[in-house]
Amino acid sequence: MLELFLEQLVNGLTVGSVYSLVALGYTMVYGVMRLINFAHGELFMLGSYLGFTLLVSTSIGKLGVVWGLVVVVLMAAGAMAVLGILIERAAYAPLRRSGRLAPVVSALGVSIFLQNAAMLIWGSRYRAYPVWAALDRRWQIGGVHITLMQGIILGVSIILMLLLYCMIQRTTLGAAIRATAIDQETARLMGIDVNAIIRFIFIIGPALGAVAGVMVGLYYRQLHFTMGWTYSLKAFTAAIMGGIGNIPGAMVGGMLLGILEMLGAGYISAAWKDVFVFIILIALLILRPTGLLGERVAEKV
Amino acid sequence: MEMVSEAKELPRRRLIYGVLYLLLLIFPFKAGPYWTDVATFFGIYVLLGLSLNIIVGEVGLFNMGHAAFYALGAYTTGILNTVWGIPTIWLLPVSGLVAGGFGYILTRPIIHLRGDYLLIVTIGLNEILRITLINDPWGLTGGPNGVLGIKRMRLGSLVINRPIHFYFLVLIVTTLVVVVLLRLQRSRIGRAWNYIREDEVAAEAMGIDVRSMKLLAFVLGAALAGIAGSIYATKMMIISPESFTFWESIVLFTIVILGGMGSIPGVIVGSAVMMVLPELLRDFMQYRMLFFGAAMVVMMVFRPQGLWPSKRWQLEMGRETEE
Repeated sequence: MLELFLEQLVNGLTVGSVYSLVALGYTMVYGVMRLINFAHGELFMLGSYLGFTLLVSTSIGKLGVVWGLVVVVLMAAGAMAVLGILIERAAYAPLRRSGRLAPVVSALGVSIFLQNAAMLIWGSRYRAYPVWAALDRRWQIGGVHITLMQGIILGVSIILMLLLYCMIQRTTLGAAIRATAIDQETARLMGIDVNAIIRFIFIIGPALGAVAGVMVGLYYRQLHFTMGWTYSLKAFTAAIMGGIGNIPGAMVGGMLLGILEMLGAGYISAAWKDVFVFIILIALLILRPTGLLGERVAEKV
Repeated sequence: MEMVSEAKELPRRRLIYGVLYLLLLIFPFKAGPYWTDVATFFGIYVLLGLSLNIIVGEVGLFNMGHAAFYALGAYTTGILNTVWGIPTIWLLPVSGLVAGGFGYILTRPIIHLRGDYLLIVTIGLNEILRITLINDPWGLTGGPNGVLGIKRMRLGSLVINRPIHFYFLVLIVTTLVVVVLLRLQRSRIGRAWNYIREDEVAAEAMGIDVRSMKLLAFVLGAALAGIAGSIYATKMMIISPESFTFWESIVLFTIVILGGMGSIPGVIVGSAVMMVLPELLRDFMQYRMLFFGAAMVVMMVFRPQGLWPSKRWQLEMGRETEE
């Protein structure tokens, strides 16, 4: 009984930290631009596919688990950061002053474009990440199995999130980001280059998404061009759970959502687990639209 | 000056619309069954687009889960017909009522949400419904395979089963809907809706019951989508959850935005772009979604008001640039 609970807890934390990483991209963009960047999930998906291609068709995998992973993750993150900036330039920057609907539709357009580009490049069938036996090493701690991959996902996510948190809270750049999120116009008057801040957000978010994408690929092994949607909806739910625009909120929200989802899958029914997630989301929006951590960033009157 | 040119234009415009409508009446006799079918599906999408246009275009509520109401209509017809054998012709209005009723129940608790939050919740509702249909509660929805063997509509001794029958069924329903919506646009309700879209707080201050008006839009939109779903079900005879994904909702949303929010001709143009163009571009099938994605971005950058914006919208936009 307790074993099942702990097992699902570990699974939940693993998938939850992925949600957190993706949710950070959503929440940062929303915080600064008040835009739901629907294309963000696709960058996660493309990052995952890119990692797949790097592992399958280059010899990076021979570098060993540690260096191999580092190189693949860095390359995927770098590529997605570049793509993130390009997207911002092409699809969002021209719409900076045109209401709220236009950027949302533009984001949907980018999302559709990237999804279909991925389908044309990698095909519409499921692709499988290569098996990396070393990652399947497992330990048993108090009756709970933990694989090396789960450990890596948790470790990497937590380190990245701590780094981001410190950067946002402690550095001048972080202060500039926070200021831009609170009030763009005032931030501009204070000498902050708002466009540079937005570009920076579009580097960090996609890079984190790509890291999550590669790790999800190695963990679940399955890749599909529609996976961006699924994770994006979950990550967005996580961002709202933590209060959208709130960076620590996204981290906590992601973890919490992962745990709730896995407990729901374990105790109620796996087929209904997504319904479970969406019901939580809707209930939360009705009862506590500011998110669990309660920062007021919902739409102003 | 605006008024004068409009008064002059009116008879000519009526003539153009009359001729176009006449062409619609002749079309199926000349076009052959394939293109008649294409036109029928185009009509169903126009109907769906019009229904979503009430919610997104007229009131400015971001509903990106509209396929849920379409599905409710289709499944109401499918289930009631195959399980209890109720004739599908009766189910046409019943599906509308059921979808409208669900529209009321589902949106009542979320109607106060604004902008992006409403958008996310409607996506959530769409997904919940789709997963529910797949999970086959009480053996009603047939799981991933859906509902099979839905009967065709029977009108006295006439069975509506040939492409041309469906064409005229859709044409009649669409015409009725367009007439009603045109009247509605010019009524107090239509003006109240537009007022809410432009400034909710001011509308409330002017004594408009914002909550009821929004709910009314949702219920009407849902009911219309339900009727479209019912026609779709009897046309296809098989319905499955695959036809009612989030993807479908996005297509509908795009129809409204591409055409121009709150514009009835805009919805028709939008549907044509989304439904008929792909038929013509069959050879480029694989690239067509790529093209759509790019087109959506380009549209928003260069022509955010849509291909055929509504008069009222144009006037408002004009006023804004003068300021």
